[in-house]
Order: sequence, then C-alpha cells, then structure tokens
Amino acid sequence: MEILQMHNVSKHFASVIANEKVNLSVEKGEVHALLGENGAGKSTLMNILYGLYTPSEGQIIYKGEEVHIDNPRQAIQKGIGMVHQHFMLIPALTAIENVVLGYKGNQAVLDLQAAAGRFKELAHSYKMDIDPWTRVEDLSVGEQQRLEILKALYRDAELLILDEPTAVLTPQEVDGLFDVIRRLTSEGKTIIFISHKLTEIMQICDRCTVLRSGRVVAHGLPISEIPDANKLAELMVGKDVELETITKSPQLGEVVLRVEGVNARNSRHLPALKNVSFDLREGEILGICGVDGNGQSELIRCITGLMPVESGKIEIDKHDVTHLKPKEILGHKVSHIPEDRLKMGMVAAMNLRENIILMDHDHAPFSDILGFLHWKKIDSYSRELCEKYQVRTPGINELAGNLSGGNQQKLVVGRELERKPHLLIAVHPSRGLDIGATKYIQQRIVEARDKGAAVLMVSTELDEIMELSDRILVIYEGEVMDIVKGHETDRKTLGLLMAGVRPENGHD
Amino acid sequence: MMTTVSSFIASTLRLATPTLIAALGIVFSERAGVVNIGTEGMMLMGALAGVMGSYYTGSALLGALIAMLTGCLFAMIFAFFTVSIKADQTVIGTGLNILASGLTITINRAVFGASTSPPKISTFGAVELPLLSRIPILGEAVFSQPLPVYIALLLVPLAQFVMMHCNVGLKVRAVGENPKACDTVGINVSKTRFLAVLYSGIMAGFAGAFVSMGQMTFFTENMIAGGGFIALAAVVFGNYTPLGVLISSLVFGASNAIMFRLQAASTGIPSQFALMLPYVITIAAICVVLRRSNRPASSAKPYIKE
Repeated sequence: MEILQMHNVSKHFASVIANEKVNLSVEKGEVHALLGENGAGKSTLMNILYGLYTPSEGQIIYKGEEVHIDNPRQAIQKGIGMVHQHFMLIPALTAIENVVLGYKGNQAVLDLQAAAGRFKELAHSYKMDIDPWTRVEDLSVGEQQRLEILKALYRDAELLILDEPTAVLTPQEVDGLFDVIRRLTSEGKTIIFISHKLTEIMQICDRCTVLRSGRVVAHGLPISEIPDANKLAELMVGKDVELETITKSPQLGEVVLRVEGVNARNSRHLPALKNVSFDLREGEILGICGVDGNGQSELIRCITGLMPVESGKIEIDKHDVTHLKPKEILGHKVSHIPEDRLKMGMVAAMNLRENIILMDHDHAPFSDILGFLHWKKIDSYSRELCEKYQVRTPGINELAGNLSGGNQQKLVVGRELERKPHLLIAVHPSRGLDIGATKYIQQRIVEARDKGAAVLMVSTELDEIMELSDRILVIYEGEVMDIVKGHETDRKTLGLLMAGVRPENGHD
Repeated sequence: MMTTVSSFIASTLRLATPTLIAALGIVFSERAGVVNIGTEGMMLMGALAGVMGSYYTGSALLGALIAMLTGCLFAMIFAFFTVSIKADQTVIGTGLNILASGLTITINRAVFGASTSPPKISTFGAVELPLLSRIPILGEAVFSQPLPVYIALLLVPLAQFVMMHCNVGLKVRAVGENPKACDTVGINVSKTRFLAVLYSGIMAGFAGAFVSMGQMTFFTENMIAGGGFIALAAVVFGNYTPLGVLISSLVFGASNAIMFRLQAASTGIPSQFALMLPYVITIAAICVVLRRSNRPASSAKPYIKE
C-alpha cells in the first residue's frame, strides 16, 4: 500500500528550478532512498513534504487523501517526521526540553518528569538510551541524531525522513543507525532515506528514486534489481563515472611542517588539542581524519595563526611560527583552503576580482607603494585564473556569493594554488560539491603535491581521505589516535580509531 | 544606626523597583532573541501616561494600567518593525527613544502647560503590611513600601517559574536560541517574539509609572534618565534569569541609594561624581559578568524564513 505519493511537484526559487514535475511514491514499511548529487533537489522536495517550502505546483497524496501541508506543525500532526542534515536541536536546553518543545500535548505548566518517563521508555524500546536531563551541547553527534529520531517518534511519526543521516557518523555508528532503521520498518514505519552515498543505499534501502538537476531520472527502482553501485552512480551523474584511483607517488623531501606537543583550548575554554605532534614533508599528503568537531578546526586554526597555541611549537620550513599572526604565517608560502568557503574563504558580497586579490592586494603587481590598486593587472590575472580553474561565471565583476558552490570552491582553490604554496592546507576541500567538481579539485590538490608541496588535508569523508592521503592521522577528542600509511589501512580500522578505540596490539 | 540601616534598605528597594520591573519584562524579550533598546522610550511614555491617567481618573492604580497599555502600544510599534519586518533592532529602538522624548515633552506641555507648580495627582503611597511592618529594621525597610514594590518582588519567583517550568517559557527560551529549530517543530517564531516584546513593553510602561508616581509625584521632562538602559544592563548582569535580575536590580538600587547619601552628606566629593556612581557601577558590573552566560545564541538576529 502506498503511504505517500507526490505528483508532478515543482518548486522554483526566483529563477532557479529546484524541482521540476517530480513524482515520488513510497510504500508503507519500506526504506525508500532519495538519491542525487548535492543540489539535485532532494532536500527541497523533502522540505516541501515537511511544510517548510510551498510547492509551486503539484499534488501530495498522503494515506490516500490529497493534503496541503503549509507548515511543519501540520506535517507533524499527520505523522510525518524529519531529521534534518543539520540537527534542529537547541544546544542550551536539555534533551527532554528539546523533545517536548512545541509538542501539542503540552500543558501550560510542563510536567517534564512525566515526559522524561515516556521518553525513556520509548528510547529504551529502540535501544537508543539517552539521559533526558543532559544538555544537548554535551551529547555526542551520534546521540544528537538519536535524539532527533526520538523527537519524531515521540510525536508518533509514521513516515520518517532522514536527510543525509550518515554524513556525521563513524562507520560503527552508521551500523547502529541501520539497526534502528530495521527496527522501525519492522514495526511498520516508513523511512525516506536521503543520501548520495551509494554503498549505504545498496545496504539499507528497498527501493530508490534518483533525482538529477531537480528531475526524476529513475522512479521507485527496486534495489534488488540493481547490479552494483556503479549503475546507481551512472543514474545519479548521468554519465559513466570514472572511479579511477589517484596514484600515490610519494617523492618525499624536507620536513615542511612540524607540530610538536601542541595544546590549545577552544572558545569555551575546554581543551581542544591535547599534545598533538606530527611532521609533514614535501611531496606528501597527510589526511586528518575524524568525526567533525574532534579538534580538526582548532588544529588548523592554530597552524594558520587564527587561534592561540597554549603550549607546544609549530614550525614551517624550520621557522618557529607558533605565535605569529596569520598574515606572517601566510608569508611563509602557506595557502589555506578554509573549512567554510562562505564564512572564511571569501567575501560573498564582493566581486570575483576583489576576492582573488584578498591576500595580495597590498603589494606588487596588484598595487604600488602609494596604495593604488592596479586594476588592469588585477583584471587580467583574474580572467586567467577563472579560465585556468574552470570557474564558470558571467564575468569577473560578478559577486562571489552569486556563484554556485562548486564554482565558489574552484575560485578559492585557484586563488590559493596560484600563490604557489609550499604548504597547502585544505579543509573539507570538496564539501557540498558534486562528483565532477570534487574530482576536479582533488586532482588539483594531487598536482600541487606532485610539484613538491606539502599538503595537510582535513576531511570527514573517509573515501576522500583514503583515496588521496599518503599518510592518515586520526584525531579523536583533540588527541592523535594514530598515524597510519594510506594504503595499509581499511575503513574498519579508521572507523574504530575515529571512535576513540585504540587497536589492542599497538602499532610499531 | 538601626534607622540608618533600615532607611538605606528601604531606599535601595524603592530605587531598585523601576529597574526590576522593566528588567523582568526585558528578560523575556531578550530570551526570545529581541533586544528591546526601546525600553527607555517605553518607560518615558509610561511615566507620562501614568500621570495623565491618574490626573483624569483620580487613581494611581488606573494610571499605572493606562501606562502599561501605552507601553504595550509603543512596544507594538517596535515589534512590528523588528519582528514582522525584520528591521534592525538598535536603529528602531533608538528611533523610538528619541520619539518618546519629544512626544512626552510636547504632550506634557500641551496638557499641563509649562507651569511651575504641577497639579496634585494621586500617587503610590506607602502601604504598611499588617504585623510584618512591625518587625524591627526589616519591617520599616521592606514592609512599608508602595504597592508596586510588592508586586515587583512577587513577580520575581513567578517569572522564574514561568520561564523555567512553563510551556510558554520553554518556547521563549527556544526561539531566542535557535528559531529555525523551533520552526521545524511547528512553533510560530514571529508570534512568540512579538508577544514577548509586548510583554516587555507592558512592564516598561509600569516601571515608568512607578518612577513618576512612586518615586516622584509628577512627570518631569526626560525623567527616566537612562533607567531603561540600566534595566537592559541589569538583564545582562543578571545572566538573563528573573532571579538574577532581582540581584542586579538591587545592586543598582543600592548604588543609587549610596549616591543620594553621598550627595546629602558633606563629604567634599563633587556631586557630579556621586551622580556618576550608579552608571560606573553598571559598567563595571557588566565587565565582570561571568563568561558562562545564558545569552541567547540568536540575540538581536531577525529570523528570516527561506
């Protein structure tokens, strides 16, 4: 029996078409995958179903009746729950306060004790025990996700939308999540599983609908009829995907970056880095791997001078840079592709050429001693850079914020690589990009390494880390768990390290 | 000595009350994510409306009610611009403060004239509580106060309970922290913020009425003299809880009381320095406030739905 049908649903934002005549039918009790690249329109479609967006046209039939869902309150009343990719929790409140927030059965005076009782029972029945009185900011990411699922179940959700649920989990946590999903479907609940990770879809889903550029390219395909992940990838991208591996050619040179016993505290004054030490040589990619929020950002901030180091030493090319200012550190031929291109990598409200000279505007050839900018040189340089790095833009006067995510990232990568770095720091270089842009940027990074740069790369995507890194450093709660050779490890080992479990017989 | 202590406590309480009343309102709008910079203006409007209400009805209480309504109306303007149209809170608040300053002067002169002897109106006199007022020292200090002082003190535990244990309190705290998350569980963010601002306006009006009819006996131009900003500071210093606000209001009240005493005593300190004292203490207090703060994550940020 079909619990949900979406007919010819379209959504247009100003000039952008996010969904065009999308059809989706989901059967009761199944795990239905919604597959597509970033920007294919998966989240938009689900936000329509959850009442956050109003569709431009189309029809939604839920449990046999046509429905109009204008806001999340109505979706919840109909038994639709959604776990967003970025959790919708309030860190300053306790778990139980988050659960009852906005719950329609609330009395004027809250009976949190009773609610906690019901919550505990529910959590226990799904083996997702969480202390209701803990503040959400003290929960791990995995626990927060379980809390989000429980929040929906507390409201008697029958259809649960999981938006990219595995993006923030370790492989072991993913297994735990899949157990929960199986338990839910065995009780007759229905899951819509949004993802772009093919192996996971093959593993947990019954059928899948594939979106490409806002349109359905495969409708309700049974997973059992799909031979392998390559077939899915082809559907998703629309062409043969080169799954070629990037060759590793470690021509190791001198040590470029040396980090010695670095300790640092985060903005809440808690230890964020604990005695971190490692070396990085010319011609090498060191991948930093870990679940988001385990000290990666702090490590990069310490190296680039954005955050004070409490104790320890950081050397670049044998110069002590521990307490230097960011500008002085960049002067040591350091390039930094920051974690958030919009917040740290560029000024969205400035145009491309202004963004391109962000670090180099104050010296030749872009300006002179009087401080006048040489726009002719800047313009020709900008045009060359956009061409060389395939930044698709109407022109160099376009505002950086108007480019697509992939083009913004190419702009940042191009700007940083053209500074001819000796040390390249790349943080989540392919976050939120489609396969094409991801491959392009990865190749550029490898090229930089082959030219002799030392590359420090942070990523939460295990595939990316394993494919590119010559060595992998696993970080957990600010501590270096282990540094392993890229080709001598596997997902399971990394997964355990990422979860803070050290191998029983230690490495040599 | 005994009477000195007793009268010091009494004046501390009386001087703390306008700050406390206004801050008890602001604490809700702050928690909901709106910084009500316009409090100063709302208090000023309340001060005049209270006097006019009392003048025409002959009752200080009815005057205070009219002041609260006026505060509410003024807050509605603020909420409309900041919550509904998402304008900048600082700009709108400052604009309203300037408007209130001019408006109250104009209305006051139009209605009462620029005469030197203001008409006599009904004000809040001291209400001695039976039995309790006979307790030595405390009796005179605490239980022989104008009615609004008692109301303010009783409101503190009530506000604390509502904020921490009631559904509406949870909603208010949540929309100030993460409005988007509230949206996804079906809470109307704008409505919650709008109502929180209205409540802070009502309280500001009441606070203003107490200044003109509890501390003074008539309206004088710009009589709030920064009291609204002190109340905003009291909320920060009180770490955004009603109980904390009580403590910070008392600190400010005490510093005012000291100021008056310094002025009265011939200490040789220029009176201008004494007058600065409450404000200096306010600034110092804000500087030393704990880092572990309840300041809402989305404070002063308008929520714009996609």
